[in-house]
Amino acid sequence: MNTVATQFLDARGLNCPLPILRTKKALNGMAAGETLSILSTDPGSVKDMQAFCKQTRNELVASNANAGEFEFFIRKA
Amino acid sequence: MGASEEIMTKNLDKTQFDQWFDQRFESKMTEREDAHVASLAIIATKGTLDWAYPPFILASTASALGWDVSVFFTFYGLELLKKNLTLEVSPLGNPGMPMKMPFGPQWLKDINWKIPNLVMAGVPGFEKVATGLMHQTVKNNGVATIEELRSACIEADVKLVACQMTVELFGYSPDDFIPEIQDWIGAASFLPVAQKSDVCLFI
Repeated sequence: MNTVATQFLDARGLNCPLPILRTKKALNGMAAGETLSILSTDPGSVKDMQAFCKQTRNELVASNANAGEFEFFIRKA
Repeated sequence: MGASEEIMTKNLDKTQFDQWFDQRFESKMTEREDAHVASLAIIATKGTLDWAYPPFILASTASALGWDVSVFFTFYGLELLKKNLTLEVSPLGNPGMPMKMPFGPQWLKDINWKIPNLVMAGVPGFEKVATGLMHQTVKNNGVATIEELRSACIEADVKLVACQMTVELFGYSPDDFIPEIQDWIGAASFLPVAQKSDVCLFI
């Protein structure tokens, strides 16, 4: 699966709902089909990103967790 | 219904027609649901630092989800629209509020200071201290400030409306408030907005 991101967002250290708000803002400035990579440390962001993508119909291409950090790849619809 | 479909339905028996209708109904409903923009209406009535969070968190998040959002600020909720936010929090009479030190070694941070109401009420400046500690806790945990969340709402076109009556009642000046307030209205203007909303919350 192609998970090469064209935009990056560092949301580490931020708590609910900031990772989602920053993600939305980053996606606003992107073209359809482009992929955004997000780094977060908020455990709540795992479920929130899924819900956010489902609602906004952007595709959550991949989601990884390692050592207290969460990485998401979202392809803009 | 198209002409060809009309002809088609005429030749169907009841079972076939019911089947056709169910399918058609299902697809139309899905179509409508997909085209529907969800909406949230919040009535914000509290003016303390802790109670400032729920309306701004929910409004900003809903707008990030693509929802239409309106927030009606009334009574103490108007404090949340002041140009200079001076929101405070009071642990007095709030046994649910953990009282923990936001700094120092971990063992100190872990202590929940159970302070009797009588003491809290008697110490001058207790709320100022509690407010300072809450600001520090918010900062330590990467939680947004109220200013940040309010700006996020404004940027995302959340409709902020304020209660006209409260301004008169509390003797406020319109100059005390942020210029992004879209309207000064009363209950009769907000209720129809609430009626049409998918989610309506009184906070």
